[in-house]
Amino acid sequence: MPVLDMTLARDTKKFCFLTSSVGRKLIMAITGFAFIGFITGHMIGNLTAYLSIVERATGKIPGTAMNEYAHFLKDVGHGYGIWGVRAGLLGLVLLHGWAALTTTLDSWAARPKGYRKYDRKSATWASRLMRCTAIFLALFVIYHLLHLTVGLPYLHCAENPIVVDATGGSVDVFRNFVNGFKDPLASGIYIVANLCLGLHIWHGIWSFSQTLGLSHPRYDKLRRYVATLWAMAIVGVNISFPIAVQLNILWY
Amino acid sequence: MSEQILNLTLQVWRQKDAQDKGRFETYQANNISTEMSFLEMLDVVNEDLIHKGLEPITMDHDCREGICGTCGMVINGRPHGPRERTTTCQLHMRSFKDGDTITIEPFRARAFPVIKDLMVDRSAFERIIAAGGYISAPTGSAQDANALPIPKTCADLAMDAAACIGCGACVAACPNASAMLFLSAKVSQLGLLPQGQPERLTRVRDMIAQLDAEHFGTCTNFAECEAVCPKSVKLEHIARMNRDFFKSGILHRPPHTSAGGV
Amino acid sequence: MELKSNIPDGQIDKKWDKHKFDMRLVNPANKRKYKVIVVGSGLAGASAAASMAELGYRVECFCYQDSPRRAHSIAAQGGVNAAKNYHNDGDSIFRLFYDTVKGGDFRAREANVYRLAQVSNDIIDQCVAQGVPFAREYGGLLDNRSFGGAQVSRTFYARGQTGQQLLLGAYQALARQVGLGTVKMYPRHEMQELIVIDGVAKGIVVRDMVTGEITAQMADAILLATGGYGNVMYLATYAKGCNGTAAWRAYKKGAAFANPCFTQIHPTCIPVTGDHQSKLTLMSESLRNDGRIWVPLQKDDCKKAPGDIPESDRDYYLERKYPSFGNLAPRDISSRAAKQVCDDGRGVGSTGLGVYLDFADAINRLGASKVDEKYGNLFEMYERITGEDPYKVPMRIFPATHYTMGGLWVDYNLMSTIPGLFVLGEANFSDHGANRLGASALMQGLADGYFVAPYTVGNYLAGIKPNSTPSTDTHEAKDAVRTANDRISQLLGINGKETPTEFHRNLGKIMWEYCGMARNEAGLKKALSLIPELRARFWENLRIPGTGSEVNQSLEMAGRISDFLELSELMCLDALERRESCGGHFREEWQTDEGEAQRDDTNFCHVAAWEFTGLGNRPNRHVEPLHFENVHLATRSYK
Repeated sequence: MPVLDMTLARDTKKFCFLTSSVGRKLIMAITGFAFIGFITGHMIGNLTAYLSIVERATGKIPGTAMNEYAHFLKDVGHGYGIWGVRAGLLGLVLLHGWAALTTTLDSWAARPKGYRKYDRKSATWASRLMRCTAIFLALFVIYHLLHLTVGLPYLHCAENPIVVDATGGSVDVFRNFVNGFKDPLASGIYIVANLCLGLHIWHGIWSFSQTLGLSHPRYDKLRRYVATLWAMAIVGVNISFPIAVQLNILWY
Repeated sequence: MSEQILNLTLQVWRQKDAQDKGRFETYQANNISTEMSFLEMLDVVNEDLIHKGLEPITMDHDCREGICGTCGMVINGRPHGPRERTTTCQLHMRSFKDGDTITIEPFRARAFPVIKDLMVDRSAFERIIAAGGYISAPTGSAQDANALPIPKTCADLAMDAAACIGCGACVAACPNASAMLFLSAKVSQLGLLPQGQPERLTRVRDMIAQLDAEHFGTCTNFAECEAVCPKSVKLEHIARMNRDFFKSGILHRPPHTSAGGV
Repeated sequence: MELKSNIPDGQIDKKWDKHKFDMRLVNPANKRKYKVIVVGSGLAGASAAASMAELGYRVECFCYQDSPRRAHSIAAQGGVNAAKNYHNDGDSIFRLFYDTVKGGDFRAREANVYRLAQVSNDIIDQCVAQGVPFAREYGGLLDNRSFGGAQVSRTFYARGQTGQQLLLGAYQALARQVGLGTVKMYPRHEMQELIVIDGVAKGIVVRDMVTGEITAQMADAILLATGGYGNVMYLATYAKGCNGTAAWRAYKKGAAFANPCFTQIHPTCIPVTGDHQSKLTLMSESLRNDGRIWVPLQKDDCKKAPGDIPESDRDYYLERKYPSFGNLAPRDISSRAAKQVCDDGRGVGSTGLGVYLDFADAINRLGASKVDEKYGNLFEMYERITGEDPYKVPMRIFPATHYTMGGLWVDYNLMSTIPGLFVLGEANFSDHGANRLGASALMQGLADGYFVAPYTVGNYLAGIKPNSTPSTDTHEAKDAVRTANDRISQLLGINGKETPTEFHRNLGKIMWEYCGMARNEAGLKKALSLIPELRARFWENLRIPGTGSEVNQSLEMAGRISDFLELSELMCLDALERRESCGGHFREEWQTDEGEAQRDDTNFCHVAAWEFTGLGNRPNRHVEPLHFENVHLATRSYK
C-alpha cells in the first residue's frame, strides 16, 4: 500500500440517485409498499365471499356481491382500467424484482469468501428468509394467475371446474373461487404462500419505514406493532378463505 | 473475580499475503489466565511461535483500550467476540471456558481485502470520509463557540453517532457486507448539528457514491451491525441517513448552477 | 550547538501578535511550490497537515497506523482546556498561563505557555465549527468540568472521549484535504531516517509497512508530530505502536533532545495483574472530580474487602495532605502520594500496588443514574478489564506512565536545532515543563498544529527559493536509504533466541524501577550500567522471524525497541544530571521534610538539551536558561 489511493467517485463518476445502492432500496421500499396496498385491497375485495352466507340466508343467489365486485373491476374505465392496473402491477414487479436481484447480487459479490463460523444474533427469521420468501411468492403469483385468472385446466379437477371466458363475457367468479379451494392441495399451497407473504411483509413494512427514514426511537415499538398487526391481518384473512371452503362454510 | 487458568485450542486463519489462498491452522494456547485480554492471549501464542522458529500471527491492534478501532477479528463467528459493546482488545479471557475451541478469522468483505493473516485493508473507509464526511471549516474561520447554541438533545445524539471508532465490525457482521452503519453514523452526526447543515445534502450523496464504488453490499435491515457495534451505534442513524438521501434525491441541484435570480 | 529560543521581545501578552506581524509571508500563488512533510497524524500532525494544505502548500502526511484516525490522541478521555471563562469563575488567559507554568513546576518557557493559553480559545471555536460534539448545558451552551491543578472549570469535554472527538475533527479536516488532492496520505508507513542536506532537514526515509519498500521522500520542511516516548517503560498507557523512533533518529542527525527525564506518571490507571500484561489502561482524571481516593489506615486491613473497612479506619490521604485541592491535586503529586502509601505497605489488591478510588459518596449524593451519565463509559471500561463492578466495589487504581514532557528541543517557532525540522505536540518539549496538567495535552497538540506551525513554518519557507525541493538522487538521500536498509538487514540477521517483546519487557522493568516515579543517584547509575548490557544482548540474541519485504510486526517492534534501548540511557543520564526534584522528576535526595519535591532554582532553572556526539560517546549537555518574569518562582503548594 504506497500512497493512499484517493480516487473518489464524486470526481470520476456521474451519480445516479435511483440506481445507487440506497436508491434501489428506496425503489424496493416504495414498490413493496405499493404491493402491500394492493394486497390489502385484494384481501378486502375477497371478503365479499363471506357475504354469500348473508345472501343465502336472505334468499339471494350466493356470490352476487362478489360477482358484482368482480364485474365492476372488469368494467371500470370501459374495461381498460383492469389492464391499466395489471400493467402497473407488472411494472412494480419488474422494479421490485430488479432492485432485489441487483442488490442481492451486489451483496453476494461483497463477500466473496465466507466465514467458517458465522454466529448471527440480531436478524429476525423474517429478514433472513426475505430472499427465499420472495422466490416462493414469485412462483406462487404465477401459479395463482394460472389457477384462477387463466383457469389452466391442469390445475384443477374436472368435478370442480374453473371457467373463464376469454371473450370478456360474464363469469361466475364466486363459483370459481369456491371450486379453486375445494382441492386440498391448492388450499395447502395458498396457506403456505400466505404464511410466506406474512413473513415477507412483516419485515417489509418495518423495513420500508426504516429505508424511507420514517423511524424514530419514540415510535419504534409502534412500528413493530403496526407491521405485526398488518401482516397478521392479511395472512389471517387470506388463509381463512381456503379453510372456510374446506370446512364448507363457503359453498355454492 | 478470582483468576483461573485455561487451556484452549485456537483455529486461526493464516494467509501470507493478499495473493495467498490462506488456510486455518490449529494452535494450542496453554496456561492462559482469565485476567488476560484476548490480544494478550494471542501475544502468548505469538511468543511461543517465535521461539519455535515460526512466524507469529499478524493482527492489527494499537491502543488496546477499545477506542482506536484498529483491532478487529471474527471470534467464534462474531466480530470482536461474544461480549456486547466490547472491542477485541477489551475482551478478556474470563469470557471463555477451559477446553474451549476458538475460531479466529479476519473481517471478510470484498472491500476489506486481507493483507496478511488477520490484518485487513480498510482504506475504503478513508475514501468514504474523504468524499464528504466532514464539515468544511478551514482553520481560523470559526466564530465564537458559544455563538451557536445547540440543543442538548441534538448534541447528545450527535455524540452517540460520533462514538463510532471505524473498526469495521458492522461490515464484518452484516450478511451483505454493507457499511451503512459506519457511513450513517458520520452523516447523522454532522446532519444533527447546525454547523453541518450547509453540506448536508451533498455530503450524503457524495458519501453514498463512494460507498457504492467501494463494493460494499446493500443494507437489508438485518440489524446485525447494531448487535456487534462496540460503541452502540444505532440503526436509527441509518434511517436518518436514508431520509437525508431521499431528500437529496429530490432536491439535488448540480454544482455550479446559479441559485436562481442571480 | 547554540540554543537560540528566538522569543520575540515585548510584553508577554504582545509577543505572539507582534511575532505574527513580523513574520514573512509566502505569496498565495507560490505556496503550492513548497512541499511539506508531516510525520504523525494525531492531533498535532493531522491539524497541521490539514491547515497547511488549506493554506495551499503541498503536503504529504505519514503515519504508522492504517488510518490517521487511529493515532493515540484518540485515547485522551477527559477534556481540553481553554480560557473561555464561560463559567464566570475567574478564568482568564493569564490564569491558564499561570496555572500551566506553576503546574509544570517552573520548567517551561513562559512565552510558549502564554501563547498556548492565548490560542486555547481559538481551538474550541475551531473544533465546534468542525462539528465536534462537545457536552452542552440544557440551554445549548458549552459545558465545562474541573481538572487537576486548577481551581476553575475550564475543561471542555465530549463525554469520556474528548481526544477521540477532537482527533476525528482534525482527521476529517485532513480527509477533506486528502480528498481534494492537496494532501497525499501515506498510512502504514514508518519513518526510518531524517535526510539532512547541508545542515538543513530536507526529507525523510520511510518504510512501507506492507511491502517493506524503503524510499526517500523529499520536502522543503519536515514536521515531526510523532508523540511521546513513554513506551520506553513497556507498560504504559500509550498505544502499543507508539514509539520514539522518529524523534530519536532526528536526534542522531543533530536535533537536540530536551529534558528527556521529564515523564508523567498518571495517578489513575488500572493496576497490573500479572506478567502477561501488555499495556495499562487509564481511567480519566475527571473521575477524581467525584471519586475519593483512600487506602486503609492499618496494613492489616489491606486484604479485607473494602466494604468491611469502616470510615474511621480509612486514610483519604490526598484530602488529608492537600486540603484545598484534595483529590484534584496535580498528577505528579497524586502519583507520588500513591506510591508512598504503597511503599508503606498499605496498598490494596492482590499485588499490593493499588489504591481505592471510591464512588460510594458520589453515588449517595448524586444517585447512580447521574454518576452513570457522567462516567458510565469509564465504569464500563473498568468492568470489562477487571471483571469488577465499580458501582458496588471501589475501583483500584495505580499510577502508570502516561506522557513525556521531554522531547526534541524547539525554539519559539517550534523549529528544532536542525533548520527545517519542526516538532509539534508531545514530540517537542516546550510547554509543560516538568509536569503536564490534565487536559493540556490536547490543547497543546491542536495549538501547535492549527495555530502555530502554519505561521512559523510559512515564515521559514518564505526564506527558501520556491520549487527548490531537492531530488532523491542526492547522495544524502541515498545514504539515508542505505542506512535504513542496513539497519533492517542487521536486525533480521541476528537470528538469536529472544523475542523483541522480551527485551522490551526487561527494559521496562529497569526503567520503571530506576527511572520511574522516584529516582536516586545509585539507581540511575545502576540503570546506566544495565541498559548498555541489555542493548548489547539485544544486538546479539534477538530473534525476528520472516523477512523485511512483507508485513513483519516483529521487525517493526524490534526497530522501535532498538531506539528505546538508546533513548532510555539518555533519560537516565538526564535524570542523573538534574540534581533537583521538580514535577514528574523526583530525586529522592532532594525532598522537603514532608516528602515534597524540592527544586533547585539556583542551579537547575533551565532546560537541558542533549546533543548526540556519536554512538557510544557521552552526549553533550547544553543549557537554555529559563526566565520567569510574569510568574514568580515559588514552591508549588496545593495544600
